[in-house]
Amino acid sequence: MLGVALLVFREVMEAALIVSIVCAATRGVARRGWFVTAGIGLGIAGALLVAMGASLIARLASGSGQEIFNACVLLSAVLMIGWHVVWMSRHGRELAQHMGAVGSAVRAGSSSLTLLLAVVAIAVLREGSEIVLFLYGMVIGGIGAVGLAGGIALGVGSGALLGFALYFGLLRIPMKHFFTVTNGMLVLLASGLASTAARFLVQGDLLPSWGTQVWDTSGLLSNGSLAGQTLGILIGYDAHPSGIQLVFYATTLLLLVVGMQRLSRTSPSPSPRMRSPLADPASESLR
Amino acid sequence: MKLSLIAATLLLSMTGTAVARDLSTFTLVVKNHVYQPDELKVPAGTKFKLIVRNEDPTPEEFESTDFNREKIVLPNSSITVYVGPLRAGSYGFFGDFHQATAQGRLIAE
Ligand SMILES: [Cu+2]
Repeated sequence: MLGVALLVFREVMEAALIVSIVCAATRGVARRGWFVTAGIGLGIAGALLVAMGASLIARLASGSGQEIFNACVLLSAVLMIGWHVVWMSRHGRELAQHMGAVGSAVRAGSSSLTLLLAVVAIAVLREGSEIVLFLYGMVIGGIGAVGLAGGIALGVGSGALLGFALYFGLLRIPMKHFFTVTNGMLVLLASGLASTAARFLVQGDLLPSWGTQVWDTSGLLSNGSLAGQTLGILIGYDAHPSGIQLVFYATTLLLLVVGMQRLSRTSPSPSPRMRSPLADPASESLR
Repeated sequence: MKLSLIAATLLLSMTGTAVARDLSTFTLVVKNHVYQPDELKVPAGTKFKLIVRNEDPTPEEFESTDFNREKIVLPNSSITVYVGPLRAGSYGFFGDFHQATAQGRLIAE
């Protein structure tokens, strides 16, 4: 039972950390709870499908199907997070202002929310499919119902608890800085996911490594430890990254930071009436 | 512009790796949730191919946090994982789904 609890906990924790950051980042957006719940539901359904199709995925691309699948899943999450943070850099200030007013539902943002629903689904799908395969093996191996159910409950419970802890911790950040912090976390999260995608592509010999183990800090904090794994998810920590992982990490970080700055500089003022007469004439004529 | 440059470089190096196919190959077998051999000598400083064959009726995940690899191995099938180049040393790997028994090391020298 403890073995089951431990593996389930580690996988659930990975997904829960991502989900809680997404939850915090969408604070104040209307119907957010519904979107997140739907994302988790879709993710679980997807995990079952992926586990059932595992042998098919394994055979694809002359045995590198698993690596390609993982990399694609991770990179699409990176794209969606990227889209969201860039969108938020335009609308974050509005959102923060409206939040104070009681009952003011922010209508905008549902398109960005759909993307983050996909991020939640992807996180649950990836970790969930590992859990499904593991549990399937345990059942074949003849584990008792008590051990199985107890292990799942313990693992999911403690993993989710960690996610909630992070979420409520984030809520304590003052509103003035809230979206800056959560957007920053999303950027680091996306960069880390891009780096992991690169790692999978190197593992499948689809990308050159450009140097394995560029540095080694496993003596300080190993990838296998709980803290190392947590930091791996949150900021993409890797005790001994390959060169190409650093390239993916830095490129994602740079693109997102530059994208956010560009757009927040050209962001419209809260009220369209207060626009300067020099504003883009094309958008003026549309109104 | 910068992006297309990066993409072109990546593509070039991808075809580069695809051509270099003369890598040495090593094999691990998982049976009864135990790795055979549990200690495998591999060359340091060069990339190599690792084949992991799972002879158990249950799925396993070949994983190493020491050399950053993880891949699911379905029952009665095998996977290929590319590893290295590693510095000389000892690197642990395990079966993520049966950590109590499935443990082993690569000795790079
Ligand atoms: Cu995982």
